[in-house]
Amino acid sequence: MDFWLSDDERDLQDGIRSFLLGRFPIDVVRAGEEQPGVIDRDRWRELAATGVFSVAADIGMRAAVLVFEELGRALVPGPLAASALAAAWVSGTATGDTIVGVLETLDDPVLVEHPAQVDVLLIVSDEGLLRLDASALTMHTIERPLDTLTPVAVVRRPLPAATRVDTSSAARQFERDAVVLTSALQLGVALGATHLAQEYAKQREQFGRPIGGFQAVKHLLADMLVKSEVARSAVYAAACAVDGAGTDDAYRAASVAKVMAGEAALFCGKTGIQVHGGMGFTWEVHAQRYWKRAVALDNSFGIIDHHAAIIAATL
Amino acid sequence: MDLCYTAEEDTFRSELRAWLADVLPHVPPEPPTHEWAARRVWDTAWQQMLFEAGYAGINWPTEYGGRGATPTEHLIFLEETERARAPYVGMNFVGLLHAGPTLVVEASAEQKAAHLPPILRGEHVWCQGFSEPSAGSDLAALRCRAIRDGDHYVISGQKIWTSFAHVADYCEILVRTDTDVPKHRGITWLIMPMDSAGIDVRPLRTMDGGIEFSEMFLDEVRVPVANRVGDENDGWRVAMTTLSFERGTAFVSELLQTMELVADLAELAKHITRRSALAWDDAGLRRDLGKVAAELDALWALTRRNISEASRTGLVGAGGNVFKLAYTDLRHRLGEIAMHLLERASLSMDDIDELPSGRHVHGRIHGLKMTIAAGTSQVQRNIIGERLLGLPKER
Repeated sequence: MDFWLSDDERDLQDGIRSFLLGRFPIDVVRAGEEQPGVIDRDRWRELAATGVFSVAADIGMRAAVLVFEELGRALVPGPLAASALAAAWVSGTATGDTIVGVLETLDDPVLVEHPAQVDVLLIVSDEGLLRLDASALTMHTIERPLDTLTPVAVVRRPLPAATRVDTSSAARQFERDAVVLTSALQLGVALGATHLAQEYAKQREQFGRPIGGFQAVKHLLADMLVKSEVARSAVYAAACAVDGAGTDDAYRAASVAKVMAGEAALFCGKTGIQVHGGMGFTWEVHAQRYWKRAVALDNSFGIIDHHAAIIAATL
Repeated sequence: MDLCYTAEEDTFRSELRAWLADVLPHVPPEPPTHEWAARRVWDTAWQQMLFEAGYAGINWPTEYGGRGATPTEHLIFLEETERARAPYVGMNFVGLLHAGPTLVVEASAEQKAAHLPPILRGEHVWCQGFSEPSAGSDLAALRCRAIRDGDHYVISGQKIWTSFAHVADYCEILVRTDTDVPKHRGITWLIMPMDSAGIDVRPLRTMDGGIEFSEMFLDEVRVPVANRVGDENDGWRVAMTTLSFERGTAFVSELLQTMELVADLAELAKHITRRSALAWDDAGLRRDLGKVAAELDALWALTRRNISEASRTGLVGAGGNVFKLAYTDLRHRLGEIAMHLLERASLSMDDIDELPSGRHVHGRIHGLKMTIAAGTSQVQRNIIGERLLGLPKER
């Protein structure tokens, strides 16, 4: 047993981190807030060129979660998980030419993320995996999405007919893998929020000293680190399970990862705002962006309560 | 990253499993918690069996009679013994996991020869005399005084939270040997025989009504200078060497027991009614238990991560503090779920007929201890904040 990053895995993660720091620094990501559609197609293809949308299939889930953790930390917007897992049913995903999203739930209101830019939508249903061209949908764009970097539209009924492209077990597997990748994004969000708050607490002074020296603040940051590190273990363990590198059940491990990383992202998001005080409530400071993404990701591929219920059913 | 066990690790596991299946039917039933004399016999008899089978001192170096197992083998040992419901380390805890490892690193050849084999064979029980009434989280502030008198130290003072003091043969004790220097630099580590004159052990009744710890009053207890481990006034460093033995395995048995507790609570909820409905029909209860179960799986993953780090680097880094904070906090939440499920039965610390209220109420109380013992959650958060996040110290 060696549940620790190998040299290759560390190199991979360092590599994607430097790439994102260079090409997707927070100021560039933020600029998307001022652009219609948020996603820059050229940059999406750049992501593809680094292997973001092929790493899961080509190398495996362990490599993929390390990459997705960094994408989450950098707040890179877009339907990353679905696009990285759709190659078997949609052409052009690996090169970044096709952007693939999902219809999460058919309960009203049905919300589609990135409505202006997503090309194909997949639906996980009891009958199997279904495919729908996004252009066939009638949608009403929401003017003020919670996360400006995750625009949404309401789908008007009736829904157009979808094409069945694979079996229900394939659909279940797609969903499981998407849960794991999404939990890796959430882990990254938690770590990013923690790092921002940590740096702020070291330099922000009140009462003549850095606020990070006060236990009331220090302990909030310690809790952020604890939740993030527990989540990291769950996410990496789920990736091992999917890759068959161990005997854990992959479906259960995926739900565990989604619960733990979801809670870590939401906790670190809100606590990061608190540590920043009044500045945390401003549009300018990034703290709020981590929390908003945490909410968006919790609602991707099943919220915490949904996955907690799945785990409870195994007790 | 790989959670697969190697062929050697699998062999270690299957041999251990076979041995456990062979010997456990011959282990007598566990004596009641507070029958100390009987428990000493039971705990040390198990240690003797481990010794004869070559499993004693699983993580100790082979040159001192240990098995020299890897951190992963240590994990497997704890996992298999727990799953087979073998006896736990019990009152051999201090000797095997604390005093013994300290002696391995710091003691003289004579001290090692005198003390290590009896610990491994289950012949000597040790206790720990570290904490004092005014030196808890601030352990280095300890005041129990040792004054040199020829070839003896004469010790006077008070210790508290001393587990197994009334059945122990030896005590690893920290004493103040210099009051004129900064607090960490005037402490000495001694081996104190518990049959020395002047030791008064008084049981300390805890909130569950039982006796788990003692207070120890020392009145001019004479301990030979030859029993000093390390140099005079270097005891703080000696005491800290035990930390270098930590391989991320400290909570393995606890964690597995807690997983079982969650499964048993779910089973209980499926069999009891609350206001004419099956307790398990409550989606809120299922969700709460599902979250706890998820976190336990995550902590099992964190355990394997910490052990893998120890295998690579010889040490557990941040993971040890992270684990303790998260696990002990979880015990509080789990305890509260159990108390809510029991409702009025939570007023009983005994089982009520078939209802295991006693077990679950004791589990709840155990949680109250866990966020305090071995470094309170507040101290853990300070350590994480200052050492891992680089935040300024409060002082």
